[in-house]
Amino acid sequence: MTTHIIIGTRKGLFVARGSGAQGSGAQGSGASGGWAISGPMFLMQEIAAVGVLTAPAPASPEAAPRLLAGVRSEHWGPTVARSDDLGQTWEETDQGSVRFPGDTGAALTRVWQLQEDPARPGVVWAGCEPTSLWRSGDGGVTFELNRGLWDHPHRPQWAPGFGGAAVHTVVTDPGDDASLLVAMSTGGVYASGDGGASWQPSNTGISAYFLPDPAPEFGQCVHKVAVDAAGRGTLYAQNHHGVYRSDDAGRSWTSIAAGLPSDFGFVMLAHPRRPGTAWVVPLEADARRVPPKGRLRVHRTRDGGETWSESASGLPDDAWTVVLRDAASVVDRGAGQPPLIAIGTRDGCVYVSADEGETFELIAKHLPDVLTIRGVETA
Amino acid sequence: VSNVELHLPGLLADDAGGRTVHQVDAATVATVAELLDAVGTHWPRLGRRLRDETGHLRPYVNVYVGPDDVRWADGLATAVRPGDVVLVLPSVAGG
Repeated sequence: MTTHIIIGTRKGLFVARGSGAQGSGAQGSGASGGWAISGPMFLMQEIAAVGVLTAPAPASPEAAPRLLAGVRSEHWGPTVARSDDLGQTWEETDQGSVRFPGDTGAALTRVWQLQEDPARPGVVWAGCEPTSLWRSGDGGVTFELNRGLWDHPHRPQWAPGFGGAAVHTVVTDPGDDASLLVAMSTGGVYASGDGGASWQPSNTGISAYFLPDPAPEFGQCVHKVAVDAAGRGTLYAQNHHGVYRSDDAGRSWTSIAAGLPSDFGFVMLAHPRRPGTAWVVPLEADARRVPPKGRLRVHRTRDGGETWSESASGLPDDAWTVVLRDAASVVDRGAGQPPLIAIGTRDGCVYVSADEGETFELIAKHLPDVLTIRGVETA
Repeated sequence: VSNVELHLPGLLADDAGGRTVHQVDAATVATVAELLDAVGTHWPRLGRRLRDETGHLRPYVNVYVGPDDVRWADGLATAVRPGDVVLVLPSVAGG
């Protein structure tokens, strides 16, 4: 098996390829251990989103997983590119994949999220700036604006964070077409029970300490939401200060931050197969966005956030860098193997763990700022 | 001379049939907007590199008619005439 780690950075896209097992395989240019790094592709263009379509299209079940990239040139604007050969060649939709309809008066700034709907082959969700949700039914070739969220009366009050306004999380339900959940920064969590026609804020229990009312209906700055392996009913959220779990599909949230060195951070990852297991990468505080004491660490829970343990092996001390919201990913490698955990830093390092976060290996360094990481395994 | 000549940066040649210089019949275009419409219809990827979906010039794309930056003239409504050379240049930006 080959593991492909797709790394989107401020100045291009790189792909790390390896056996998936640490310390084995052939050395390649820029590689550490068994990993070979190729790239940059889209040199000097920002890659803020990468999507991997693992569900095979019915018409071509043997095809390689499709990769999608949210690409943005400072000069020439944003677009979505796609690759059907695992990143070797890329193509675009001539007219653009994500285009605001004329009546909106809006223009796409950036694609922040490209999320496969694994239960529905060909369906891809995009979260974009300005704050908007898009659905593709053709594997990312074209996307349609979700009008329910765009026309939401709260939208004028969804303010951008430092990085820009973003719908960054899209949660679907494999058994229920009508059930959708998104998270945005800022704005918070919104849920739909009618397939996206209407949306209701779903932030009960999540703090917005930076607002006059610290418990508003909406306006929270949720950084990332992850779904527990047990299913859509259990969710984890890393907030702008605050780490939470919901046991009722997002209707209410309770703090699980006790035991962490800080409740600030951007990353939230959940195990694809083992319920109760999730990972965060704490930062010291809003006003001190660096690892606590300069020690970059991943923290893992095995019990849904009741307790946390620190992963230190292979991660650096004297590290004053940051792992951004989507610069972390869990790569499902099947039922027989632990998933691969990958994190990338703003100083261009990528670390992977093949043992669920016990130990990490540095597989790339000196890349541009890492904005997003996704991965996939192929035979 | 009956054409307007559009010069593109080399980075955009792949989006415009491999060429950086395009001749457009001046009888069909009276403004920069119409010139960009004409080439954008033929080369849609080029069109969206230069302007967003609202029709506005992207912020770091500069267009000159002769020596004049259209932002300091009439914007995309700046007139083009037979013999004009219209130059597209990326502005100095980024880090």
